[in-house]
Amino acid sequence: MVLTVDGLRMRYGDREVLHDVTFDARPGEVLALLGPNGAGKSTTIEILEGFRLRSAGHVEVLGVDPAAGDERWRSRIGIVLQSWRDHGNWRVGELLHHLGSYYTPYRRAWPAGELLDAVGLTPCAGQKIKTLSGGQRRRLDVAIGIVGRPDVLFLDEPTTGFDPEARSEFHELVRGLAAEQGTTILLTTHDLDEASKLAHRILVLAAGRIIAAGSTAQLTELIAGEDEVRWSVDGQPFRKATADSTAFVRELFATYGDAVRELEVRRASLEDTYLTLVRDQVSEREPA
Amino acid sequence: MESAASVKTGWRRGLIELRQSFTNGPELFSHFLWPVLMLAALFFLRHRDFGSTGLLLGALALPSILGMNAAMGMVSMSQQLTADREDGTLLRAKAMPNGMVSYLIGKVVSVAGGLLADLAILLIPGLFLVEGLALGSAHWFTLVWVLLLGLVATLPIGAILGSVFTTARSQGLIQLPMLALIAVSGIFYPITALPGWLEWIGQLTPVYWMGLGMRSALLPGEAVVVEVGESWRHLETAAVLGVWAVAGLLLAPVVLRRMARRESGSKVAERRERALQRVA
Repeated sequence: MVLTVDGLRMRYGDREVLHDVTFDARPGEVLALLGPNGAGKSTTIEILEGFRLRSAGHVEVLGVDPAAGDERWRSRIGIVLQSWRDHGNWRVGELLHHLGSYYTPYRRAWPAGELLDAVGLTPCAGQKIKTLSGGQRRRLDVAIGIVGRPDVLFLDEPTTGFDPEARSEFHELVRGLAAEQGTTILLTTHDLDEASKLAHRILVLAAGRIIAAGSTAQLTELIAGEDEVRWSVDGQPFRKATADSTAFVRELFATYGDAVRELEVRRASLEDTYLTLVRDQVSEREPA
Repeated sequence: MESAASVKTGWRRGLIELRQSFTNGPELFSHFLWPVLMLAALFFLRHRDFGSTGLLLGALALPSILGMNAAMGMVSMSQQLTADREDGTLLRAKAMPNGMVSYLIGKVVSVAGGLLADLAILLIPGLFLVEGLALGSAHWFTLVWVLLLGLVATLPIGAILGSVFTTARSQGLIQLPMLALIAVSGIFYPITALPGWLEWIGQLTPVYWMGLGMRSALLPGEAVVVEVGESWRHLETAAVLGVWAVAGLLLAPVVLRRMARRESGSKVAERRERALQRVA
């Protein structure tokens, strides 16, 4: 296992942010931590990055407790940070080359030129970072995160503020990393669509607990509610919720034949169920 | 091997930042603004006598200002640390192997390097403008040791201040006490003119001793009559600056480590939110 999290708890004063979070990740797996704002996603990822001390529980990243990780451990971890205006006077290629040199004692870093090519920033190599567009900066953030060819990569809300095109380019990049480099990836997002596009496995986090986990297909099966079937017979409308809408409709025609009109079958959408689930969880936990 | 590597990356980082500070407009302007203003002031003071001592005011002021500027390296150290923490530079360093150590070495190199350049910008034209200075190899030796010891005494204090104050705004708060410190440190008029208790406070600061050291390096021997006890007090200079240096070097790693431990993505995001609200 690349990541092992068992019974993780986090408390700020008397406010409990994470209750008993448990999951793991295999090598090369892409894991999405999905949940609304304030669910505890960032706290979880920061504990794994070694940037935050947990209150209780067992956590291992590459076999090491992040709270005790040394520099060699650090060299195997990649973190994609949300840049704002740091290193504004540095040139793109210069910063990437410089940060790559930090890995020299441990492993061969990605040559800056090749990496710029991989993230599509070659034309900006000589530009000052403060002159980059938002999308270009985020690509640079990713490049910095992977310059040491990490075994594990952490991305916290990586596509916040992206336009649809930049978002799909970014998804392409992340999928390539996992497939070609075998990098294990943990990302947080509040966007179900993004999670299902990127991740092999989704962990739904709400109010500090994992309330569901699995692939998109498994989650649909697990948490998606029943399909809805509407029809009318002799002008009278009917409505039925069922887990197996196909069988139900076959039955319907067998019984009523041509009398069935205005048939409508609405498949349960994961999106709807996810939203309902999260809303229930949150309102349940919040004191009235 | 690891620590040698961090020294190397840190050194390179410092040189890159130093080069950047001399190749972009706003920073280049700030490198030259104060030295030029002070040189202009010195130019107009160069023939004025200081009381009945037979010393020239310009000659007294140049070394004092030099010492003060060198001590103010702690302010730029502090400001840069706070700014780097606010904009996420520090967090970026923390995410790299040996990143914090390299960052700190780089910061010392770029701040000290920038400071030495600033001092040269003031001193070299000053030597031509100001009359009544005394220069010899013994003097240069004093200049170098006072300057180096002074930097070792003041830069760690700067790093501590930069760790304690978290926002650029609170950095502004340390400017005022800093001005007060300069006022009691015998830079613009001899410390002996101050009331006894202020004279005492002034002599606790590194600013006073760096000014005194610079005067001892750049003034002729007879100028010593305006100093406390009519002595350059080199031993005391080394002792006071040495105490500051040891205290700073002992305390700074503790404070810096505590500060670095607390950095995280959400901390930077919080500060970004706050800063953006201020702009809006």
